[in-house]
Amino acid sequence: MTITLADLVPLMPLLITTLTVVIAMIAVGVKRHYASVAGITIIGLLFAAISSLLLMPAANYQVTPLLIIDEYTLFFTIITCCSAVSIAILSYQYLSDLDDYKEEYFLLLGLATIGAIIMVSSNHYVSAILGIETLSMSLYGMVAYPSHSDKSRRWSLEAAVKYLVLSAAASGFMLFGIALIYAQTGSLSFSSVLDNGGTLGLGEDFSATALTLLFIGAAFKLSLAPFHMWTPDVYEGSPLPATTYLATIGKVAMFVVLLRLIESTNALAFQSVFIMIYFIAVLSILLGNLLALLQSNLKRILAYSSISHMGYLLIALLAGFETSGLISIEAITFYLVAYMIMSIGAFGVASIVSSSSNEFDSVDDYTGLFWRNPILAAIFTGMLLSLAGIPLTVGFIGKFYIFFAGVESELWVLLVALIIGSGIGLYYYLRVVYRMVLPQEQKNSFEFSIEKNYSSSAILLLLFALLIILGVYPTPLVSVIERVSSYIL
Amino acid sequence: MILVYLISILFVGGLVAWLSERVDPNYPRIVALATVLIDLVVMISLLGVDPSSGGWVASVNADWIPRFGISFYFAADGLSLLLILLTGFLGVIAVGSAWDDIHEKTGFFYFNLLWTLAGVIGVFTALDLFLFFFFWEVMLIPMYFIIAIWGHENKNYAAMKFFIFTQVTGMLMLVSIIMLGYLHFLQMGMFSFNYHDLMKVEASGTIEYLMMLGFFVAFTTKLPSVPFHSWLPDAHSQAPTAGSVILAGILLKTGAYGLIRFAVPLFPESSLDFSPIAMGLAAFSILYCAKVAFAQTDIKRLIAYTSVSHMGFVTLGVYAWNELALQGAVMTMLAHGLSAAALFMLAGGLQHRIHTRNMQHMGGFWGKVPKMAVVAIFFSVAALGMPGLGNFIGEFLALLGAFQSNILFTVIAAFGLILASVYSLWVIQQVFQGEYKADKFEDSHLLDLNRREMIYFGAMMIGLIWMGMYPQSFLNLSEPVLIELLNNTQAVTAAVVRN
Repeated sequence: MTITLADLVPLMPLLITTLTVVIAMIAVGVKRHYASVAGITIIGLLFAAISSLLLMPAANYQVTPLLIIDEYTLFFTIITCCSAVSIAILSYQYLSDLDDYKEEYFLLLGLATIGAIIMVSSNHYVSAILGIETLSMSLYGMVAYPSHSDKSRRWSLEAAVKYLVLSAAASGFMLFGIALIYAQTGSLSFSSVLDNGGTLGLGEDFSATALTLLFIGAAFKLSLAPFHMWTPDVYEGSPLPATTYLATIGKVAMFVVLLRLIESTNALAFQSVFIMIYFIAVLSILLGNLLALLQSNLKRILAYSSISHMGYLLIALLAGFETSGLISIEAITFYLVAYMIMSIGAFGVASIVSSSSNEFDSVDDYTGLFWRNPILAAIFTGMLLSLAGIPLTVGFIGKFYIFFAGVESELWVLLVALIIGSGIGLYYYLRVVYRMVLPQEQKNSFEFSIEKNYSSSAILLLLFALLIILGVYPTPLVSVIERVSSYIL
Repeated sequence: MILVYLISILFVGGLVAWLSERVDPNYPRIVALATVLIDLVVMISLLGVDPSSGGWVASVNADWIPRFGISFYFAADGLSLLLILLTGFLGVIAVGSAWDDIHEKTGFFYFNLLWTLAGVIGVFTALDLFLFFFFWEVMLIPMYFIIAIWGHENKNYAAMKFFIFTQVTGMLMLVSIIMLGYLHFLQMGMFSFNYHDLMKVEASGTIEYLMMLGFFVAFTTKLPSVPFHSWLPDAHSQAPTAGSVILAGILLKTGAYGLIRFAVPLFPESSLDFSPIAMGLAAFSILYCAKVAFAQTDIKRLIAYTSVSHMGFVTLGVYAWNELALQGAVMTMLAHGLSAAALFMLAGGLQHRIHTRNMQHMGGFWGKVPKMAVVAIFFSVAALGMPGLGNFIGEFLALLGAFQSNILFTVIAAFGLILASVYSLWVIQQVFQGEYKADKFEDSHLLDLNRREMIYFGAMMIGLIWMGMYPQSFLNLSEPVLIELLNNTQAVTAAVVRN
């Protein structure tokens, strides 16, 4: 297998991101300058996003057996790079008071983005694992980043080790599953494991076991119940921008891998796999929402709510099997984009008022925010209501998609779980909103002014504008998603 | 386009009101009053428009999300027009009742008030079911804030309960709406959420019944009717006066409107099957809530329960599904909108003056506040169904129509009129007659109604007398719409009855 020069063109986004990391590393070597390293990373990622946009029209390249660069890949490359840029800008302000070297953080962030881009472009087990590991390895570093700082939170090392151990376990499950699939099909590209003529490999049970192991590995990464135990602790212990990265890009990239895997292996044709995912979906929705009720820490609330959001996504995933249309894939795609916007927004509000030496992640810290800083409070309220799926926000359209996919496939039990879960969800989202409208108490809380954080405030305003515009007039995004989704089938 | 203006004037006015607070905390109320008055004038101008063939006086239709055949489709006919006029009128009243009541964070208050009204007008005019659901939910958020921020001692609980009840049942309706859209796709080959398209969808018995239940539960939660009513007393007792006015006067009517416009016409067969149950629930609701109202000591809770009781007549009328009963339901909606809003304003006024809602602490107020007492008697008597006032026409017509459809439940429901007199007079007796208990509360602020308040109450009195004396002017507007709805469903129901 040779790589020609023509093959390199579709790889532009990936190459630009890699180059960015290299340049940033050299820059650190020449002279430590925080702003310029951050600037290089941000500009490089923006270039990667722009190059994906330029490549996008009718792109459909298989570059080596490992990577597929089609419109769907490029769509998520853009989403990933833009999110990474937002998180980098939020991190810049958050880390500026760290009493330790802070430049390397941006190298890790760039490396993680390389992993995410490989993940969304993979239709081969090798590239999938490569991407997943690159992303996770960088994330360990990002989670543990402030652990040498004297002023900083104590738990970042604990969180990193916890994430490391569980990620390793998840990779173990996945690798075992891959080995079994290889034994079955003799190929490492994503391909159907269906037993066509009754002659394939070692029989149906063997395939079902392999797919189950693969799915469990993915479920760890997506923190689906009952593989969710690590989520709240890791979310809570990590510095806020790292949590944001883990919760958004980490999960979205993993879901794209899972989507391609499930679609191309026909995994849902195995009844046992279907039933397993069905139960995991119900369990994630109910457990995630119920456990979030008891939390008073914002990061933990969002951690549990992310468990339930992944459960909602599984509804659409299962719906894809029951009906042949594109709606379910579009539902997943739209919901992932919506989830990206609202999660970065919600975490972003917390990180804009926090810094590495002092994080404001208790719900109490936000008491009376509406009267102290109405704009920030309005943004936060918008993000939370979007997570709850209330109209005027992009989260509502996302939930509508999921409902549509579920109704189309007549997954009534899952829809009932979705309704109950959303009902419970309202309670804890509104609790945070209610805190913000309470009269302000005299106590030590954060001071916030836009003047100090122009760039981060701009990101939050942009996300808020997207949240509302796509919530009121989603048609442009809907038509783009309709087009790119056709590449998955 | 005029309907879009109606809604956007309120949205924009809300934003302006919020921003104007920075200049002066007194500006928001002026901006809000100006906004609702302009809106009211625009609404009244719609009365002069000659309806088109389908009875629509105004409509807008544009693509919104073509992927799902969702369009931006607003239209108003006589029924919508009556209800948006009620919305505009009570909007003015609500701004007036908040005028001296709300001193804190005025900008955000009037923002929420105007956005709620905008959501309600959207609900009354949207004819695309997705759009309808969109507005159905949009009106919740500002209402949540009104209760949660400016409410009384237990506001968090009340606001949360209100929101969760309406949202969760709303999602059942969403599933039904999507199911309808999907069935349309299966039968006609394309997605659509257009009301007229969805009328043509045919569904098998069980599925239609389940979809009908999804709508029914969402609407009767908002209406409310037993067993989904328990959020209402909490929401009302905790909401500020202007919030109660909007909640009782307008928001509850969106549920009734939904039943008339969507629940029955979209699912005529299963609604016919279901009507004995619905009418039974209505009759039970009327008597049970009247009884519960009688047991309250909190004056706002009492009025809230009477609201549930009166709304039972609406359910009764709708599920009788004949012209008389429907006219009765519509009249009850309008008249109750005024009388309940006025009673909540009186209760709110009392609470503003003496800082309690507990009726056991009140008594003998007649001597202190004679004007208020007379106004209270007027609206209590209106609520209990005195001939000559609007509520009588509504309830009488509803019972008359329902009698043709289900004698048993109508007879039972009619006892509600007797209980209504009992609790209405009981309130008057508790508050305005008897011994004056000066030691129970601080009465230095117990002043009579001022001129501004008299203007609002006077306007509502004129409205009720007009409805009672010359109901034809209202019935003329709604009649063609109701006949059209009846004709659309008649073929189906007749076929069922024959079989």
